[in-house]
Amino acid sequence: MDFTFSEDQLLFRDSVRDFLRAEITPQRNRELWLTDTGRCSALWQQMADMGLCALTVPEQYGGMGMSELDFVLLAEETGYVALSEPLLNTALLATPLLRDCGHAALAAQWLPRIASGDARVIVGLEINTLVEDAHCADLLILERNGALYALTPDQVQLRENPSVDPGRKLFAVEFDGAKAEKIAEGEGALALIEAACNRGALAVAAQALGLAQRMIDISVQYTSERKQFGAPIGSFQAVKHHMANVAYKLEYAKTPLYRAAYSLANSRPQAGVHVSHAKLVACEVADLAAKNSIQVHGAMGYTWEVDLHMFMKRAWAFNSSYGAAGFHKARVAQRIFSDGALLGAGNTF
Amino acid sequence: MNLNYTPKQQAFREEVRSWLAANVPVQALQSFDTEEGFQQHREWEAKLYEGRWGMITWPEAMGGRGADLLEWLIFEEEYYAAGAPLRVNQNGIFLLGPTLMEYGTEEQKQRFLTGMATGTDIWCQGWSEPNAGSDMAAIRSSATLSEDGSHYVINGQKTWSTRAVWADWCFGMFRTDPASERHRGLTFILVPLNSEGITVRPIPQLDGLPGFAEIFFDNVKVPVDCRLGGEGEGWSVAMATAGFERGLMLRSPARFQETARRLVELYRANQQHVDDDPSIRDAVMRAYLDAEAYCLTTYQTACRLMQGGKIGAEASTNKIFWSELDLQMHATALKILQCRGELLPEGPDAGDVGRWLDGWLFAQSGPIYAGTNEIQRNIIAERLLGMPRK
Repeated sequence: MDFTFSEDQLLFRDSVRDFLRAEITPQRNRELWLTDTGRCSALWQQMADMGLCALTVPEQYGGMGMSELDFVLLAEETGYVALSEPLLNTALLATPLLRDCGHAALAAQWLPRIASGDARVIVGLEINTLVEDAHCADLLILERNGALYALTPDQVQLRENPSVDPGRKLFAVEFDGAKAEKIAEGEGALALIEAACNRGALAVAAQALGLAQRMIDISVQYTSERKQFGAPIGSFQAVKHHMANVAYKLEYAKTPLYRAAYSLANSRPQAGVHVSHAKLVACEVADLAAKNSIQVHGAMGYTWEVDLHMFMKRAWAFNSSYGAAGFHKARVAQRIFSDGALLGAGNTF
Repeated sequence: MNLNYTPKQQAFREEVRSWLAANVPVQALQSFDTEEGFQQHREWEAKLYEGRWGMITWPEAMGGRGADLLEWLIFEEEYYAAGAPLRVNQNGIFLLGPTLMEYGTEEQKQRFLTGMATGTDIWCQGWSEPNAGSDMAAIRSSATLSEDGSHYVINGQKTWSTRAVWADWCFGMFRTDPASERHRGLTFILVPLNSEGITVRPIPQLDGLPGFAEIFFDNVKVPVDCRLGGEGEGWSVAMATAGFERGLMLRSPARFQETARRLVELYRANQQHVDDDPSIRDAVMRAYLDAEAYCLTTYQTACRLMQGGKIGAEASTNKIFWSELDLQMHATALKILQCRGELLPEGPDAGDVGRWLDGWLFAQSGPIYAGTNEIQRNIIAERLLGMPRK
């Protein structure tokens, strides 16, 4: 029993953290909002050079063959900076899907390109209604009526829907199923879709925790500087308690996330329930961070100029991404309210 | 990360389980806040000690097993799952014991730890005073060193001393330097409660039982070798570095996980008539998840400590989390019980519902004692988040 990350995992997290915080500043995010695609090839290549795109690609395809557990701390960091590049979709959803879908040719064609940073592959699941980042995908893997299709950009029509979060790009995608390459159907497709959904929910949960931490940090800084009644407003107990409430809930959302990552990486039978636990509490704490952060910012928090909103809006957008609360609660309920469920002390691991 | 128990840990769990199965009293003991129940619990402590289960993390020489924190968590899981009696000497074994090991002289360790482990000496705390609650540094009860340096003379009043009514000893902080203020000039002293000049006035708790008391000190003479740590060092002894480890031992996740398990059972048995209020199902689920999160975080902390890690300020988050969880779980249970939720256990039609009411009454104290949750939030804001003090 060892519920800690390895030295290597923590060191890699630190270097990715340094890189992301230096590169993806709020100013950089604002500049990207004004570009046509909102995405940046140079940035993607930088991430590939750090090994982020190759991390989950199997070694035989030029990757490092690492797991959800190796990625989860990095996903928190991408949330912290509100990264908009589809790194998590490509590395955590598309890559394992290509690895597991049983199409050796497709895997051989795309996984090396993912690893080198040459391709963005995007998975679009029906649970999300719209497909994120379809406009910058070199390959789309889309769910339709219980089957999975692989599509190149020329095979799809995109209809953009602006999100409240200017960093998110969402599209309705139309394609002709008869002409598309069907890569899975039936039971096989369901398993792949469920796995992708779990990984998507894990990625969102991890980012939500990063966002919550970012909103705490911004708010602590702001309330330490802003003075009223002759004192920093952060010295007032009412303001302190707003932040303390987020901080303590954040602590208890972290371990469910790490356990979920471990369970996915090790194909534990309860992995889905563990992901649902992580997703529920992570989105709740990010939501609370947004609510309390705008409150302690006062009118400044209601403006476009103050950076808080880019993190707040991402948190709102994530609430129902890869399963709204009801979806995840139903999975938890199915476990704990079923006959013979082993609950209580000693049945956690 | 490896979330599997080792064969050794599994074998340890089996050993605990079979001992408890053979030894936990079939008939539940009376509340330790009654005279008879107190005695029953004292006997249970002696039985645990005989089996070397009294304090498994203590060294073998002191009647323990030298167990590590993960084994402690496993032990607690089995202990709560078996429905074993509450620990009447928790102030001693969980709070004073580790402090004694760190700050006590060899003579003090020999003298106090064994009596504590066997249940011969039951301990209560003497921290709070009528004007020193959340503001503990406002302590005014005094201890004056006699001219020959052989003993202290204690005067003053302590309050909210849990288990003090039938306890044998009290440990607490007293002001030894009358000119001192706040955290300075305080000294940690162990006081036999049968000393001349001590008056214990029981205070009935919310359930009507005298679970805590006021202690009045009127020229109470205590030998100087009952001082723990140096004179004037009381504050740092009390805030000992082992602080969180003690917290970890005192509020086992197992306790809350068992409550959550019983809550799920209660909900399922009454589902027909409570699903009219969908918030109940949601709250039951939430209780289960939060109890599990508390367990996960405690395991993570235990692993980190065992690898030589230090506890950070994030440890201050646990008090709020478990105390609010405990309240929420019992509030939900009472909603499920509906009209039966107000019945005391002795009522002829109460069935086993009274246990939930008991728990509900007890849960009211959680957000208040051991530093109110408001104080905890201040600590989190200032020490974990770095928000300005002034």
